[in-house]
Amino acid sequence: MRYCIPFWNILVKDIRSYYLKPPNISWGIVFPLAWTGMFFVRSGGGLDNVLSLLPGVVALAILFGTTSVLAVTVTFEKKGRSFERLLLAPIPLELLMLAKTSGAILFGVINAFVPILLASFITDIAATNWGILFPTVLLIAMASTFLGLFIAVSVSEVFEAQTFSNFVRFPMIFLCGLFFPIAMLPTFLQPLAYALPVTYGVDVLHGAFDGTSVLSLPLNLAILSIYCVVLFMLSLMNVRRRWIL
Amino acid sequence: MLHNYVLHVYNDDVRSSTAFAHTEQTQVAIRVHDLVKRYDALTAVDRVSFEVSSGEVFGFLGPNGAGKTTTINILTGLARSDGGEVWIGGLNCTSNTKRAQHLLGVVPDESNLYPELSGFQNLCFCGALYGMRRVARETRARELLSDFDLAGAADRKFAAYSRGMKRRLTIAAGIMHHPPILFLDEPTTGIDVASARQVRQLISEMNQAGTTIFLTTHYIEEAERLCNRVAFIVDGRIVREDTVTQLMRQVEGLHIVEVSLNSGSSEVVGLVSREFPDLRVEKVSDAQLRLVSARPIRAGAVVVFLESAGLEVTEARQVRPSLEDVFVSVTGLAVQEMKRERERMSGGGVAG
Repeated sequence: MRYCIPFWNILVKDIRSYYLKPPNISWGIVFPLAWTGMFFVRSGGGLDNVLSLLPGVVALAILFGTTSVLAVTVTFEKKGRSFERLLLAPIPLELLMLAKTSGAILFGVINAFVPILLASFITDIAATNWGILFPTVLLIAMASTFLGLFIAVSVSEVFEAQTFSNFVRFPMIFLCGLFFPIAMLPTFLQPLAYALPVTYGVDVLHGAFDGTSVLSLPLNLAILSIYCVVLFMLSLMNVRRRWIL
Repeated sequence: MLHNYVLHVYNDDVRSSTAFAHTEQTQVAIRVHDLVKRYDALTAVDRVSFEVSSGEVFGFLGPNGAGKTTTINILTGLARSDGGEVWIGGLNCTSNTKRAQHLLGVVPDESNLYPELSGFQNLCFCGALYGMRRVARETRARELLSDFDLAGAADRKFAAYSRGMKRRLTIAAGIMHHPPILFLDEPTTGIDVASARQVRQLISEMNQAGTTIFLTTHYIEEAERLCNRVAFIVDGRIVREDTVTQLMRQVEGLHIVEVSLNSGSSEVVGLVSREFPDLRVEKVSDAQLRLVSARPIRAGAVVVFLESAGLEVTEARQVRPSLEDVFVSVTGLAVQEMKRERERMSGGGVAG
């Protein structure tokens, strides 16, 4: 209870200052929709294709919605020293970083439902398993956010955060089975696909939308959870090592 | 007027620790013992020890890179020490960093509030970080904006504030949660003379209201005005620590004359030293000398000598010995070096 006030205020400030700003909305929503449109046109399929593309666009919306702002703003606040203000506050570092990332997680979850809502107008999504979809969207949002956090606390400059996050995000579009199955990738790239957290999220999303997941649901969720914990712990370690000298 | 600087804490678990103001431990607000900080081969803080009593203004003075900010960072939890111990209000900071942070207000050397938030929102946010409830933080924010003469700019974004206003708001943010101990790192650096004067007035008032103040500054005259006690730190080591009154005794009988020349001469110090061997001649710049003696100085004779040597004297004035003279004699830093230090820190000044 005692930490509710700082936690809530950090979250609200970040949402107001960063997540409700036009650049984030364009990166988080317009960009994934544009990519999906491109794949949709390229595939030459009809509206039946929408359901098979939906897991990819949902994952992209989460990935870009969560990482595009977080990685930059944390680095920006560190550079401008306003992050020191947070480190000086009597809040445990774990809680502080959770507060800083909650806005991104929330934005990622909301982003995920934009394409789902749009898809509901053009195709039948009645078969969607919502019980699987909700926790999966949350876990993908957390894993992507912590990936963004890890990038933010591993670099010193804002441009490095942008470059590094694009370096990680763009290959994911092709490697994580977003728009075509991992089995279609060259054999040497397949292990790399399974080293990326979004791969497991997309697999569960396929299961939730059209029941075509490759791995079992518990395994996918467990791996995603492990990614969340590991990325968060690594980020904390980096903050302690690099920022509290 | 600032008011109501009573110990006021918002979290139950720290109430016991912050009650130190009513115990014997309150006599010592900050205790540092054998503090060491290394950055690779460089020892930035070298076995530093000192104590700051409750209600005192303690000046931590030294040239750029002496270890002042590093020490503050360790004391406030922004850096880890490589040795030694720190107690804040009786709490060991190594094991209780977060609890000790409840007792501290920190004003960094650069204004680091959020540019996109207004003055009022910034203060409210800072209060929230310390667990202040909405009504309490809004009331406090309005009170501080008024005290710091910023009420008219309360809804203006921090990014649009002038330097002096930013500095004042940063200080206000540091005391939002009524900390009993306030760290001020170069509070008047980079701001205009009027704002610097206002900030110094605010510091005095905060101290009168009971806040213990730990002050670092390049402006030694500022420390002389504000501090009860000072420590001089050079190359990470404390070279002298005493009350300002006691330190000033060291220079009480000194006579100082500052001579300004129309144009510079690199040989002028040698010339004057040879002609007036009983004077200590310090070079402030090529065109300015400082003559120091334990006996009254015959400024006229020096002026005549310089004029006869072909140098045009534009001004010769007697100055009162200051803490800076103590600093120079204790640290061995040349007057010229001190001047360079001051010039490096833009604006500010201590006039007024």
